[in-house]
Parts: sequence; structure tokens; C-alpha cells
Amino acid sequence: MTDQMAVLAADRPRGLFGDAWHELRRRPLFWVSVSMILLVVLMAAVPTLFTSGDPGLAQLSRSRQPPSAEAWFGYDNQGYDIYTRVIHGARASIVVGVLSTIGVVLTGATIGILAGFYGGWLDAVVSRVADIFVGVPFVLGAIVILTTLNAGGDAGPVRIVAQVVLSIAVLSWPVAMRIMRSTAIAAKQQDYVKAARALGAQPRRIIGKHMLPNCVAPVLVYSTIALGAFIGAEATLSYLGIGLRQPVVSWGVMINSAKDYLRVAPHALLFPAGFLTATVLAFVMLGDAVREALDPKLR
Amino acid sequence: MVPVFIGTTFLIYALVWAVPGDPFEGKCGERDCPESYVSAMRDKFNLDDPLVVQYGKYLGNLLQGDFGLTSAGLSVGERIAATFPVTLKLALVALLIEAVIGITAGVVSGLRNRGFLDSLVLVSTLFLISIPVFVTGYVVQLVFGLQLGLISPTVTSPTIGNLIVPGFVLASLSMAYVARLSRTGIAENKRADYVRTALAKGLPQKRVVGVHMLRNSLIPVITFLGTDLGVFLGGAIVTEGIFNVPGVGGLVFRSILTKDGAMVTGVVTVLVLVYLLMTLLVDLLYAVLDPRIRYD
Repeated sequence: MTDQMAVLAADRPRGLFGDAWHELRRRPLFWVSVSMILLVVLMAAVPTLFTSGDPGLAQLSRSRQPPSAEAWFGYDNQGYDIYTRVIHGARASIVVGVLSTIGVVLTGATIGILAGFYGGWLDAVVSRVADIFVGVPFVLGAIVILTTLNAGGDAGPVRIVAQVVLSIAVLSWPVAMRIMRSTAIAAKQQDYVKAARALGAQPRRIIGKHMLPNCVAPVLVYSTIALGAFIGAEATLSYLGIGLRQPVVSWGVMINSAKDYLRVAPHALLFPAGFLTATVLAFVMLGDAVREALDPKLR
Repeated sequence: MVPVFIGTTFLIYALVWAVPGDPFEGKCGERDCPESYVSAMRDKFNLDDPLVVQYGKYLGNLLQGDFGLTSAGLSVGERIAATFPVTLKLALVALLIEAVIGITAGVVSGLRNRGFLDSLVLVSTLFLISIPVFVTGYVVQLVFGLQLGLISPTVTSPTIGNLIVPGFVLASLSMAYVARLSRTGIAENKRADYVRTALAKGLPQKRVVGVHMLRNSLIPVITFLGTDLGVFLGGAIVTEGIFNVPGVGGLVFRSILTKDGAMVTGVVTVLVLVYLLMTLLVDLLYAVLDPRIRYD
């Protein structure tokens, strides 16, 4: 008995996240996705590391030339160097993805944990409002919001990015809110919350100190997968011509301008599409790995 | 359901009519619209009333089955009636493809846990989840339509046969989710007592899987499929655009770009209604499939 206890004690007890990290470290899928994400983030942060070209340089004389030694990915219809633009396009896509995820998770999780904790009329109102937003199909809602916002006419890059982030966040927060709400409702019944309450802790302290650390895991998993999904959503909106647009360079913008020349210059569409898919794939894989590591039932 | 319906349609109505700028700008060709036309139009669409009153009048007409007219004088109801069946057909084809392929893949991989087939299904679902629908659409169009010439790159007439490829593209993302859901369901139920009992009774494997396990594993899948039909109807804009399918998606996209508010609100109202009806249907179906759930 003492032997067994000694064996157990030798391994310092780890929390949920310590356990998850221990689990993650041994999974090749995790490392593959992390290195892919790091590469894309590096591309977004310092594009000059990968290319010295100018993404805004268009020469019609080299329009639609196929990939060659000096232009690895070829040129598009306007004579832009596709390789340079793909590298520079990473920034807009990543920024939109990260900002929308932060927006969705912060608003959704805050509202969700409050609704779950307080219940009553607050919960009822919030849940109905969330139902309304979920009832609007995503692409349709985003198109309506963005046309309303775009009607202002020409806008700078910051405003264009902010509009896309806003429309994604407005339509997606109910998902994060529902996840957080159901975990918060489950956590509220737990003994440690009752104990904290019996000891006279303020609601603010119960939520911040006791419930939040225990509720954050499902939202964390969701946010990893959502980051990938939002990058895809940005590309879809830009492809429709209402999301990002010139002067912003992004993969969706490139696909949008390449789609009309699919027959004569398929490379102009396939390279940005490939980078887009690989990035989304990396985030989805990371989310999968994190979920398996955080869910003790799946081990 | 009714509050959600009112809330959603009001949201869309407010957004569409809140577009800054004159909604009748450019409706009269190169010159400005005459004063009389604008005031007649503003009167017709109740634009001088407060937003809530406008919406109330719109809803009142809607309840009588009147979707109103577009600013060009076309009947919104008729346009919807002409395009909606095409999208519905596309969505049903997609749903069928999704259900058949997704469930088959999920069941096969769930039965052989951690085998080659299981890994294959997991990896391919990962890829399907990651590829945006418009990329799938263009790659399919490019490879099968333009380079191999196996399919016609655009849908000329919306028959079931022509809609198979767009349906496949539309279904590709959800197919992966269906496969994963049914895989989890099967893997969970594989060791259940009732499965062991059925096997011990000497029932053939086919019957145990097909009747006993499937019925219990597919409940979450049915929910997903039900809500997905609503999503397909509203989210087919991209797929319809790529393959040139003359459906609701193209109609609504064009009307948003031309700021045809009446058309947009009409189509979105129908889509939201269908979505909410599907959710209700799924909830009712739940009780049929799982006798433990009872609505009193």
C-alpha cells in the first residue's frame, strides 16, 4: 500500500492543463500543426523573410505566365507575382482570424458564463437573442451586414478588416456563448462552488476564481477550431467580393480575382487556395489534438 | 419559435433598409429619379414611417401571403416560387449524398476502431473540414469539368442528374461532420449491453449493426442532418454561384448587390422560416427515435 502511494506521489500531481500538455507533447499531429501555424504566423509577421518582391507591383507584360524558375507560382491576370502575394496575403487572413476569434470568445464566453451563473431572466433574454442570431444563415447574414457597412464607399485597409471581423463576430458569438453557458450551468452545481458560496464569496470571486478555470477548456477547444474556420469564412466573404478587397492583399482576394480566369490560368487560383487550406487544416488539427488531450474520456 | 422568427426577420429588415444612401439611386438610368417617382416609392414601401411601424406593416402583409413587389415592380413571391424548388432540389441531393457517404464512412470506421480504414476516414474528414466550399467547387469544376471533360462545368438545366456534382460540393463539409458523429456513436454503442445480448442471441452481424446499433447511434446524426437542410438552403449561395445554378442563392446575392430590399427580406424570411421548421421537425423526430424523450 505504501509502495503504491510512493509510486503515485513520485509523479507530481498535475492539473487538467498539465495533464493535457503531457498528453499533447507525445502526439506527432500536434507538432505538425504547431509548426505549420508557426510558419504561417512568421509569414504574417515578417513577409520580407520569405520574399523581397513587392506585392503591389503589377506588370501586364507578364500577365498569366505559368510558374517558372524566377516566379515559383507564376503571375496572375494583372501580372502580380503570385508567390509574393501569397506570402503577403497571410497577414490579412491571420489578423482577421485572430481578431474575430478573440471577439467571439470574449463576448460569447463572458455573456455565457454570466447567463449560466445567474440564470433567471438574464439567461432567458440572452438565450433568445442568441437564437435570433443563430437563425440567420451565416453567409446570408454576413452579406447583408457587409453590404450595409460597405455602402460608405472607399475605405482604408483598417476599416475593411474591421468590418469583416465585426460581421464574423456578430454572427458567431452565440456558439461560444452556448458552449460556455452549458459548462457554467454544470459547474454551478458542483460542490466547490457551493462551498465557496457558503464561505461567503462574492459572485465576482466565484465566477473569476472558481468557475472560470473549470469552464475554460471547452471554449478553448472551440476557439482553436474556430480560428481556422474564421480564416475560411474571411476567404469565402472576400471571394464573394464583399469581404476584404483591394488594397488589402489576402488569399480570399486573390482567389476572387483569379476565379474568372480559371480556364486559362488555374495556377493563380490553386496556390492561394492551397495555402488557405493548409492553414485552416493546421488549426483544425490543433483543435482536434487539444480536444483529445483535454477530454479525459477520450484517452 | 415565433419570437425567434420575428426577431430574425426584424434584424434582417432593419439591416437591409438601414443601408445608408438613397435606395432608389440609379433605378432610373443615368439621370436622377424624378421627385414624384421617389415619393411614390417611399410611400409604397412605407419608408417615411418609423422602422418598427414599417416592419409591422410588412409583417401584416406577409401573414396574408403577400411578399410585396420589388422596386422594379416584380412580384417577390413569384420570383421565390420560381427559384426555390431548384435550391430545394439541390439541398435534397446534397443531403442524400451527405447522409449516404457520411454514415457509411462513419459506421465502417467506428466498427474497426484504430484500423487502416478508421485512420483513412479520420484523415479525409480532417481534409474535408479544412477545405472551404468554394475551393472544393473550383477544383472539382477545373479537374472534372474543364480538364477531364467528364461533367459540364455549369448547370444548364437543373435536373437531378446535373445537380449531383454541385450537391456533392455543397455536402462535402457536412459529410465530414456526419462521418465523425456516426463514428463516435457507433464506437460508444459497440460495447453496450444490448449489443452483446443481440449477438448472444445469435442474431447475424448485419442485423445487429443495421437495426440495433444504427438506431441508437444515429440520433445525433439525424439532428445534424435536419438543421443542415436549413443551412444548405441558406448557404448554397457560393455553390450556386460557382456552378451557375439558377436558385435562391443567386437571386438573393444579386438582390443584395442591387439593394433590392423587398426581395432580400422576402427570401431571407422564407429561409429563416424553413430553418425554424426544420429545427421543430428534428425536435419532434427525437421523441420518435428515442422513446426516453417525451414531450408532455
